[in-house]
Amino acid sequence: MLSSFLLAPLGEPSVRHTLAAIVALALGAGPIGVFLMLRRMSLVGDAMAHAILPGVAIGFLAAGLDVFAMTLGGLVAGLVIALSAGAVSRTTKLQEDASLAVFLLVSLALGVVIVTVRGIDIDQLMTFLFGETAAKMNADKLLVIDTNATISLVALALIYRPLVLGCVDPGFLRSVSRADGIAHLTFLVLLVLNLINAFHVLGTLLGVGIIIIPAAVARFWTRDISLMIALAILCGLISGFAGVLLAFHAAIPSGPVVTLVAGVLYAGSVLFGRVGGLVWQAFPGRHLEA
Amino acid sequence: MPALRFHNLTLGYDRHPAVHHLDGAVEQGALVAIVGPNGAGKSTLFKGITGALAPLSGAIERDGLDARDIAYLPQVADIDRTFPINVYDMVAMGLWREKGLFGGIGRGDRDTVAHAIATVGLTGFEKRSIGTLSGGQMQRMLFARLLIQDARVIVLDEPFTAIDERTATDLLELVRRWHSEGRTVLAALHDIGLVKASFPQTLLLAREPVAWGATADVLTAENMNRSRLMCEAFDDQAAACAAPQAA
Repeated sequence: MLSSFLLAPLGEPSVRHTLAAIVALALGAGPIGVFLMLRRMSLVGDAMAHAILPGVAIGFLAAGLDVFAMTLGGLVAGLVIALSAGAVSRTTKLQEDASLAVFLLVSLALGVVIVTVRGIDIDQLMTFLFGETAAKMNADKLLVIDTNATISLVALALIYRPLVLGCVDPGFLRSVSRADGIAHLTFLVLLVLNLINAFHVLGTLLGVGIIIIPAAVARFWTRDISLMIALAILCGLISGFAGVLLAFHAAIPSGPVVTLVAGVLYAGSVLFGRVGGLVWQAFPGRHLEA
Repeated sequence: MPALRFHNLTLGYDRHPAVHHLDGAVEQGALVAIVGPNGAGKSTLFKGITGALAPLSGAIERDGLDARDIAYLPQVADIDRTFPINVYDMVAMGLWREKGLFGGIGRGDRDTVAHAIATVGLTGFEKRSIGTLSGGQMQRMLFARLLIQDARVIVLDEPFTAIDERTATDLLELVRRWHSEGRTVLAALHDIGLVKASFPQTLLLAREPVAWGATADVLTAENMNRSRLMCEAFDDQAAACAAPQAA
């Protein structure tokens, strides 16, 4: 029974592609989510997810459900918004979150106008927003997702030091290096790449879940950043695999199911997490000698 | 050749000066206290010296040093203590100028880091996350990082604020050691007794420089009163400054 639940879907090439895509997605998105959380930018990630919508819509209108066109459109829109919001907040008094919120709203409105003016049927809209049932995953998409994840991991390794130091002690970083600005902008670009990955697997509305929720889960289990990143990846893998298989059997889009599985892991971590979980707080045990 | 020279320096925010028309020089190897009320421009001056803030007018000469070669201790309040990083990694960040973005940390570097941690009395705390440190331990850790930076000019923003006496004594000992090694040290301080006891020179700042020179000559009752009278608020209606601008 269990083995048929797990193994039967693997007969489908598209399911195998989807699960492979989940591996790439989790690897790329895990560390990005951790840094979003540590930089207190989780909601910024959410905003960016909506902000890439018009780009994807333009790509969709130009070339239909062509993965390269939609990726390029989302990439351009995401980069324009991330870089202009970053530039506005760095050169003016407006905080980055406020600046991004403005760009997000304008961008989302533009996306809705583009999609509705052109006319889109409800099935396509659902796909757009919530991801596809596994049947639509193909080798082209997998190639795009793997490339994005690879770029993301390599670039993140390159900016890792300034990214960490920029979170914990920005004044010191600026006193020893000019890398903080470039590291921050690179990070926003990587966020866009991973959002596009998540979009291809899970849809624009919920894709960001597999970036943000695993990081929040990991925070409940460790105080060490390397371990936190590893746990976030693991959590992304578990939610992704379980969610995709469940969605396949129920024949519903994978976006909400994956996000729900991640939500269950989150709830469990809030309760039982070793670092600040509620149960540990309620029953801390006797105090120590020193 | 002085370590730092200020030419009619004005630093500030939104065109409002926080340090106004500062002229003068800090000699090589000097140990200088920067004293003044809150809002006097002490931190602003340090941001200017370390290159984080560009002058509104005037200039800072650093004797050929890059601004990034000046070691800087920011106020502890600027550090995100919830960030999951341990004491060892935080101290090792002092190697940045040497290692840059990608350089590896070898055995010699590990010895350097361990030695710095031992010097400030934090041996055994290497794996502790910074969120678990007390205020005094936090400051000891930041001094270990300064030790590793091995800089010729060291700038300390309120290094002894909110820490206990023993920690302050230990850390002051490090400042004296830097002074004896010929390094140039500037420290923003509020403890006048400490300044009089340990800092040969003082700059009394109240947006405008009030007095600058030997500590005993600077910290007179008259000068201290003048510095307190300084108006802290920016004047939104202020006219453009008519004083001669530096070329």
